[in-house]
Amino acid sequence: MTDLLKEYVPIVIFLAIATGMAAAMLLASYIVARQKPDSEKLSAYECGFEAFDDARSQFDVRFYLVAILFIIFDLEVAFLFPWAVALGDIGVFGFWSMILFLGILTVGFIYEWRKGALEWE
Amino acid sequence: MMVQAIAFYVFAGVTIASAAMVIGSRNPVHSVLFLILAFFNSAGLFVLMGAEFLAMTLVIVYVGAVAVLFLFVVMMLDINFVKLRQGFLQYLPIGGLIGLVLIVELLMVVSGWVVSPAGLKTAAINSQAIDGVSNTLALGRLIYTEYVYLFQASGLILLIAMLGAIVLTLRQREGVKRQRITDQLDRKPEDSVEIIDVKTGSGV
Repeated sequence: MTDLLKEYVPIVIFLAIATGMAAAMLLASYIVARQKPDSEKLSAYECGFEAFDDARSQFDVRFYLVAILFIIFDLEVAFLFPWAVALGDIGVFGFWSMILFLGILTVGFIYEWRKGALEWE
Repeated sequence: MMVQAIAFYVFAGVTIASAAMVIGSRNPVHSVLFLILAFFNSAGLFVLMGAEFLAMTLVIVYVGAVAVLFLFVVMMLDINFVKLRQGFLQYLPIGGLIGLVLIVELLMVVSGWVVSPAGLKTAAINSQAIDGVSNTLALGRLIYTEYVYLFQASGLILLIAMLGAIVLTLRQREGVKRQRITDQLDRKPEDSVEIIDVKTGSGV
């Protein structure tokens, strides 16, 4: 068990470095940069969102469609990981069962492409 | 062993605390962010149990995709908090009654809880110990060959989800001008340009 956990030590180190760098960048911009706030400087640029506004605002349902399509292909990728790891053991049958799975999803992909779900008006 | 215990208590504590904040925080967007934190820490718990595939899937699918979807749903709902709180006193008696029934049910379930000895024995079997096979490999050996029908069925379910999402949410807006490159390339000078011989002083 401890051997298993030892494999995760690099991830912990990565996390520590990432947190440290993020904190350093934030702190450095506070300390090094000149702070001269101005109402115009702090306001949103042109059509941007207000920085400290309520995050909940109604927006296009199209974003939701993109998110759902992303989830579906994300799940497909989650199926690919164990397949790639075990490809040596499962043989030709396992290979073609995954190709069939990908083929089914490709039908959906072609449908969404032809329907224009990937295009932004 | 000490590190593992510390890691477990940190992950479990943060998971429970952020789960409490999911239902406790007033802003739904904050709730979703706490939900993401809970997902991350549950992934840490899975890693401690040696279920690294579940941990990875939790991070990829739940943190990467489902949480984003929740965020979208929460942002899309136009919740008016003043209106939500208006009926509080009006619905307090019936809500309290339902809550009381639920508490009594939960107490009955928890008080009747007996851990079966067979279950303890099954839990004691360490799934990791099978000659160094990681559980990603173990899953991969089973899903695509032994459970091929279920695997293909999951592919069909994903296809239906994809089609359903497109049918439900895709709206073609009227009057939007799109660029159609094939149409542009198909145009010939004869179709679009006309040369007219205009007499001097008469106009077109």
